[in-house]
Amino acid sequence: MSDSVDVSKGLPSNPEKATLEGKNKFLGFWVFLGGETIMFATFFGTFLGLKEGTAAGPTADELFSLPLVFIMTMLLLTSSLTSVLAMFSMKKNNFKNMMILTAITVVLGLGFLGFEIYEFYEYLHHGLGYTTSAFASSFYTLVGLHGAHVVFGLSWFITLMIRYSRTGGITLTNAPKFYLASLYWHFIDVVWVFIFTVVYLMSIGGA
Amino acid sequence: MSDELSKPFTESSLSKEELMKMNRERRVQIITFAFMIFLTVLAFIAVGMEMIEPSFAIPFILLLAVVQFVLQLFYFMHLKDKDHQWPNAFMLTGIVVATPAVIALVLLLGVTKY
Repeated sequence: MSDSVDVSKGLPSNPEKATLEGKNKFLGFWVFLGGETIMFATFFGTFLGLKEGTAAGPTADELFSLPLVFIMTMLLLTSSLTSVLAMFSMKKNNFKNMMILTAITVVLGLGFLGFEIYEFYEYLHHGLGYTTSAFASSFYTLVGLHGAHVVFGLSWFITLMIRYSRTGGITLTNAPKFYLASLYWHFIDVVWVFIFTVVYLMSIGGA
Repeated sequence: MSDELSKPFTESSLSKEELMKMNRERRVQIITFAFMIFLTVLAFIAVGMEMIEPSFAIPFILLLAVVQFVLQLFYFMHLKDKDHQWPNAFMLTGIVVATPAVIALVLLLGVTKY
């Protein structure tokens, strides 16, 4: 199948799907994302069901601060854009640009992660331990699961960047890998859109 | 062939039309991004200003989230492009299963009261 790829004129226009391997990865990754949607939905449902159960511990109203969540949202949204732009550079066979944009994505993601760690640390100081209440457990599990996805996504980007820095160009092997990492990153952003709406804004505004 | 797969290319096979199309798409992506920022700010204002009734603000920010969800999937993740029938089917399946799961959890947990 990969024999039919025309490479005589240079990098194919959709390098991530030029080979059979790339096509399979693309399809398989979307199956995975469909499943991830369901997994996150169950955690969202659990949080929504349990968020009133604060058991005399700190409530969402007392803890959440809008400016912090706003900054985190902006960081993640912007990193989603740089990731999209990196994929355009990839299709144009501009390896250096792609690496720079991916690096910016990683930096923004690390910023997000830093704020999240600070946030959890603050909450812990305000007496919201993991087992304090049903609200605390469901909150930490949902937002922590998203944070774990961010960590994984960042490690994925960094690994790819280190591994292919020596190759010095976009190949039919590494194009699907960068593309999928970018899809994963967008998915993380999609989940965050629902987290800041359902967890933070609804807890503050819905009281 | 495996040599071919791990070899960088000196040039891109993109034709002039393809390149123009791609630049246009890029512009659309940036506009989409600006729009998403706008929606996010709107959602934060709706809740932060405390002027709007929660009975209106909650459905409103949920609607904004759904719009952003669609924009992310269709534009940033290219679900609107051709050759994306299967990804669309997979995501739709995910949403079809996820929606009743959320509703059931909220209702059941609300009834049993922790």
